[in-house]
Amino acid sequence: MTGRRLAWMMVAAGLVAGCGDKTAQTGGKQAVLIGQASPLTGPQAHLGKDNENGVRLALDEINAAGLTLGGKKVVLELKSEDDAADPKTATTVAQKLVDEGVAGVVGHLNSGATIPASKIYSDNGIPQISPSATAVAYTSAGYKTAFRVMTNDAQQGSVLGAYAVKTLGARKIAIIDDRTAYGQGLADEVEKAVKAAGGEVVAREYTTDRSTDFMAILTSIKGKAPDLVFFGGMDPQGAPMIKQMHQLGMTAKFLGGDGVQTPAFIALAGPDAEGALASNPGLPLDAMPGGSAFKAKFEAKYGKIQNYSPYAYDAVHVLVDAMKRADSSDPAIYLAELPKTDYQGVTGRIRFDAKGDLAGGAVTLYQVKNGHWQTLETVRSGK
Amino acid sequence: MTKRPPRWLAFSVLALGLAALPFLVDLGMGRSWVRLLDLALLYVILALGLNIVVGYAGLLDLGYVAFYALGAYVYAWLASPQFGLHLPFWAVLPLGAMLAALFGVLLGTPTLRLRGDYLAIVTLGFGEIIRIFMNNLNAPVNITNGPQGINLIDPVRLGAFNLSEPHRLFGLTFTGIHLTYYLFLLFTLLVIFVSMRLEDSRIGRAWVAIREDEIAAAATGINTRNLKLLAFAMGATFGGLAGGLFASFQGFISPESFNLMESIMILCMIVLGGMGHIPGVIFGAVVLTLLPEALRYTGDWQRDLFGHVYIDPADLRMLLFGVALVAVMLYRPAGLLPSTRRRREFADAQG
Amino acid sequence: MDIFLQQLINGLVLGSVYALVALGYTMVYGILELINFAHGEITMIGAMVALAVIGALTLAAPGAPGVLLLGAGLAVAIPVCVALGLVIERVAYRPLRHAPRLAPLITAIGVSIVLQNVAMMIWGKQYIPFPGILPQGRHEILGATVSDVQVAILVLAVIIMLMLILVVQKTRLGRAMRATAQSRQVASLMGVDVNRVIAATFAIGSALAAVAGVMVSAYYGLAHYYMGFLLGLKAFSAAVLGGIGNLGGAMLGGLLLGLIESFGAGYIGDLTGGFLGSNYQDVFAFFVLIAVLVFRPSGLLGARGAERA
Repeated sequence: MTGRRLAWMMVAAGLVAGCGDKTAQTGGKQAVLIGQASPLTGPQAHLGKDNENGVRLALDEINAAGLTLGGKKVVLELKSEDDAADPKTATTVAQKLVDEGVAGVVGHLNSGATIPASKIYSDNGIPQISPSATAVAYTSAGYKTAFRVMTNDAQQGSVLGAYAVKTLGARKIAIIDDRTAYGQGLADEVEKAVKAAGGEVVAREYTTDRSTDFMAILTSIKGKAPDLVFFGGMDPQGAPMIKQMHQLGMTAKFLGGDGVQTPAFIALAGPDAEGALASNPGLPLDAMPGGSAFKAKFEAKYGKIQNYSPYAYDAVHVLVDAMKRADSSDPAIYLAELPKTDYQGVTGRIRFDAKGDLAGGAVTLYQVKNGHWQTLETVRSGK
Repeated sequence: MTKRPPRWLAFSVLALGLAALPFLVDLGMGRSWVRLLDLALLYVILALGLNIVVGYAGLLDLGYVAFYALGAYVYAWLASPQFGLHLPFWAVLPLGAMLAALFGVLLGTPTLRLRGDYLAIVTLGFGEIIRIFMNNLNAPVNITNGPQGINLIDPVRLGAFNLSEPHRLFGLTFTGIHLTYYLFLLFTLLVIFVSMRLEDSRIGRAWVAIREDEIAAAATGINTRNLKLLAFAMGATFGGLAGGLFASFQGFISPESFNLMESIMILCMIVLGGMGHIPGVIFGAVVLTLLPEALRYTGDWQRDLFGHVYIDPADLRMLLFGVALVAVMLYRPAGLLPSTRRRREFADAQG
Repeated sequence: MDIFLQQLINGLVLGSVYALVALGYTMVYGILELINFAHGEITMIGAMVALAVIGALTLAAPGAPGVLLLGAGLAVAIPVCVALGLVIERVAYRPLRHAPRLAPLITAIGVSIVLQNVAMMIWGKQYIPFPGILPQGRHEILGATVSDVQVAILVLAVIIMLMLILVVQKTRLGRAMRATAQSRQVASLMGVDVNRVIAATFAIGSALAAVAGVMVSAYYGLAHYYMGFLLGLKAFSAAVLGGIGNLGGAMLGGLLLGLIESFGAGYIGDLTGGFLGSNYQDVFAFFVLIAVLVFRPSGLLGARGAERA
């Protein structure tokens, strides 16, 4: 019986055998592969596609401008993979990208996928820049190859908590999170910062990243009469949440993190979005040199920015910037240049600290006014 | 009867083939496929475990992933910086499997009276309950580290021999994923052996009797209660074992790895392969692990065929996977490699 | 008191949506003993089609009254879902009617994956907002608030359920359905066209799913190709809670599940002295479900002692 098993395994292997790696040789130029990994299917596919588009735009621009490394013309080529926001698939995808010989990786989207994948990139010496993973654990594992162009939860949470109490003058604060690595991580840091600033957390409620009904938890929050509700989570939950707050006649302010500071939040919440507050790391796109140009180009090609594409776009530039300084696309050589990065991107000035986190990451606060996110102010995170 | 080659020859060819497989795959298809091979073996263990519950005893279990999670978390608790414990894997793996078995009995006891889809929904609930606890037990006391998961889990180590690092032996370089393959293969063979022995035993036949007609089975003097509990416990043991192996292999676990879809996928493996039939289950597990990955190449296929990528491979991948599930079931309703017994039953039902 | 009343209203609205979807599960199960896993996806398709129609009409006829637009959306979504339900039954389930029990479950999972991915390719990966075309009025009752949409959902759900009961109890089709559920063979001996009855069951279930899908997207203000999965799962749990195969059970189970979730999330902290919070609301819901099934193994209103293995 087991002999049949082997035969079948061979057949299965044969089925997929014709798919070995294909490293392109593009017209005499040397191709350098840049990996991108994010969920392209499943509930977060819209964000994953957005990251992929950000990477693609950067690659197209760099190729159009021409890139020469070590005296050779180089063409950057995208290898994009779907990690389905699943930790196991993420490691498979990471190994696949490594096999295909990528020189660097922009990804992954979620912390839960980024962390296990980072071990594989580290084992193989491939630099990785996540445009959106915020969990502290990603860079604290001590891998030399792990970087991010996004503030971590501690950085953003400390700013948000202090801002809620000191600037917005909220005394009683309710905190909701979606029990994902992102939402919970951010909400915990906000809670700490709120308490440190002298605010009171009157309610701590929870939902999931699949829910759309928050009436029950909002009703019990309403009973505690908070001045402000902080939500650690993404826009598909944030938008119905603020709608339901208004439906219940709640007047508390609504504050969120980068997950809700998106055009989709306004589109989904409609008029109810008015007055909502949220933060996003870095500087406002419109205020950055090249920011508006990026936005115009991106939206002409791919439609509205969902959330993290500017960070993905910057991540590519940071990789290529290091390659240029090292004059090589060999990961073993240009990796040494990455920690020295000082790059002016569309999301702000990018430098890394010893761990690979964004050094002195700035956080900008926004508010919805007349159906648009308006910049309130930019705060330096103390961490 | 055609003359068959002697048994020892068949076995040595098989053994040699299995031993050489990771190197052949590495050379022919790249290292990521060796990694997938490791995962495929892991799923073979899981599928064989679930097969005991669903295939042999006929108890539809949609919460099997809970045992997988328990095994993984036990490993992570006892061999990671989470509690600062770093016990060796040979001590941790059995503990995880035992705890999973205990929970198998815990789940089994209240659900003994339930049948079919009622059992399915209760086990589904059990799976979700375990996952939700794992996801939330970071406060008030941090046990699981919640949604952040547990990172830097120890790899399998035997004395100074670290399984996750490359080693040179007999002039060949064995990387971590190669060595993991042999470790997983060892456990897979063990699980296959246990499954085969169970199938042919009094216990195995009693399970089949319960599956076919519980009342008649009880009437013939089979202790249906104990045997059902034993099925849950055995299945859970394999699940817990696989969980421990998964944790050591990944080095990081978080509750999102143990969701309902995972249970459903394992169920698909055994039904697609041929329920209650060991070669079928193995085949189903291997195919369903490799198929979604093979479908990543649909972009290349399109380029080769039409010279252009019409549909984003990421969009097409899961679609084709779904179509494959439907198609296989329509044309082989008893599975790809059904046992002779099931094939006969099915032929009867058709007639 | 106002909080209690508010939670009651929250739970009833949520529960009536679950009940509508659960009816589709339970009707199919009653006749075929099949868990139609793709049923959740049909609610999603219903929402997506209705949104597409409403979007097109708002462009074509700006300023048209919202209720009319919604009606037009439903008028297209229902036939589309009915057709889809019939096709799924014909292609994926009918050939497997005599196959081993779990085979159709796997095709159902396959169909559900296919529908999700097709919807993703047609309507995109992003969340689609439901346009603000419906009246946004709120009413205060004894310190609790109810919105127009909530009232509409409750009223519509009650009307639909009453109609369904009338169809099943009073019409020829209903009698044929009940007969088929009792025994397919005997029913066909009595001259019932079993295939037609099964098709009609799928059609009715899909129509209910379409309505529920539109309700959900109007209520929460968004639609997404993945929205069907969780809704389907909850509705299936509700159907089992009530006793799968039993129409009244699905309605009761749906309402109960809505109330359990609502009160669970609202009061679990007080009940456990602050030890467990709303993060355990699903645990609470599943515990209730398990407890009910342990004491009543065939659900609340399920046939007792019936051999349904």
